[in-house]
Amino acid sequence: MYELLDLRKVFNDGTAALDGLTLTVGPGEQVAVVGPSGAGKTTLFRIMNLTLLPTSGIVRLDGIDVTRLSDVELRQARMRIGTIYQQHNLVGRLKVVHNVLAGHLGRWSTAVALYSFLRPQDANGAGRALAQVGIPEKLYARTDELSGGQQQRVAIARLLIQNPDIILADEPVSSVDPSLASGIVALLTELSTGSRKTLLMNLHSVDLALAYFPRIVGVRDGRVHFDLSPDKVTRALLEGLYAGDQDEATPREPLRHGQGPFGGACRPLPGFST
Amino acid sequence: MARAHSVAPADRFPVSARKSAFPYLLTGALLIAFVGSLHVAQADPRRFLEGDALGNVLRFLRGSVPPQVSPQFLGLMLRPVLETVQISVMGMVIAVLTGLPLGLLATSSLTWSGVLHERRSRFGRWLGGFVPYAAARGLLSIFRAIPEYVWALVFVRAVGLGPFPGVLAIGVAYGGMLGKVYSEILEGANPRPLEALHAGGASRPGIVLYGLVPQALPAFVSYTLYRWECAIRASAILGFVGAGGLGQQIDLSMRMFQFDEVATLLGILFVVVGCVDFVSGRLRARIIR
Repeated sequence: MYELLDLRKVFNDGTAALDGLTLTVGPGEQVAVVGPSGAGKTTLFRIMNLTLLPTSGIVRLDGIDVTRLSDVELRQARMRIGTIYQQHNLVGRLKVVHNVLAGHLGRWSTAVALYSFLRPQDANGAGRALAQVGIPEKLYARTDELSGGQQQRVAIARLLIQNPDIILADEPVSSVDPSLASGIVALLTELSTGSRKTLLMNLHSVDLALAYFPRIVGVRDGRVHFDLSPDKVTRALLEGLYAGDQDEATPREPLRHGQGPFGGACRPLPGFST
Repeated sequence: MARAHSVAPADRFPVSARKSAFPYLLTGALLIAFVGSLHVAQADPRRFLEGDALGNVLRFLRGSVPPQVSPQFLGLMLRPVLETVQISVMGMVIAVLTGLPLGLLATSSLTWSGVLHERRSRFGRWLGGFVPYAAARGLLSIFRAIPEYVWALVFVRAVGLGPFPGVLAIGVAYGGMLGKVYSEILEGANPRPLEALHAGGASRPGIVLYGLVPQALPAFVSYTLYRWECAIRASAILGFVGAGGLGQQIDLSMRMFQFDEVATLLGILFVVVGCVDFVSGRLRARIIR
């Protein structure tokens, strides 16, 4: 499914997020990606969902080098890949039904997309998707009235509507109450198992990764540190993976601009941003 | 921090205690600007006492009492009032129709920078993104740099007297303002939902409809209604340069020294502007939640 060869990504400010990462993921596989913050996991996911171009290296999707795709083919390829973000990335002012139906945007013409605001197209599908994630009663609620966990479920319902072959989940539970985190991880792994979708999940919590995934990839300094089944992941390996990272003992999500638990009030100091 | 030790003793005084020439220079510059403006703008109250100035003011005031309120005159003015309102409404329609597409093009996050463009080549970004962006920005600034009165003069020459040049003048000048502000509102939208839609294969129009517009809509509506309030005032004044409506009637009555009619017309303008303010205020409160 995915073949990533010697990926390098150097940002304009000179920081190398990826430094020779190579990884192969087969169809239907479920892979957890773990590693310290700043290891390049999010960059990796953004390259895999085809929104970011690597500086060098090859990304093959079903054997096709994605740099060769035209704009139209690129959009079609993106439609096959569903992404779940740490911040559910929904539009709060829209009703839940429209946020869920946005999963159809790759297929819909502009006219249909516009008309759907007046008369939701495929409202039944949206209702079924919401039922599948456990909040069917929220179909016509305003999205920003939902809790963080419920909003993450709406994002998963949007993914169900999109119906991709590959699910990329980038820290899907970092902004969710810890007691609800395993529920959401379980939901995503079940979806993947039930429909044979490939699942890659970037997780801050090693415990969740070990509990739910048959394959664990440790990423450090933009490279694959280890790639093993959970029973072979030893304490020593994890210590090596997280060496020098203060977050190791108590995995915490570092604050980013305006996204801390207290919103915009919690900005990292200059020089301390992640 | 650590550097504090190496600081020379003379520098250790608080910055504010040090003598700085800046406040004096600034005060001097402001004084010069004020005196200069007073001179150039000829703001001299004594001129009220020169010649027949006060007499003219009194003649105007005496002439305007009582205002002209005969049913015949009021009936005649009904059409200009409607015309003024219609000029402002049609002008705003044209302004939105020019401002919205240009505003979208003038939004850098949509055309050339940010999450939606990270896979584009440098050349494609420049030619397909930055060039139309800069062209739209330039056009918008030309539209709004020229005042609506000047646009009205231009359009009166082009299409003749009547309400239509007024409509065009408001459409172009306000289109420039709306486009600029629309683009600023769109730039301020949270880019994360856009990234999510983009990653899911949505087209550019789809991203705009489902990611940008819902975020920007309240500010759009609010600013457009505010501009409508301004447009009704402007459309009344545009009559002075021959673009119909209340302004033209005020101009006519002024020229014929019918100050009682002028008083009535100003009263009508006051009521119309008040009504528009009220209606748009209610609309805004209803839509923006």
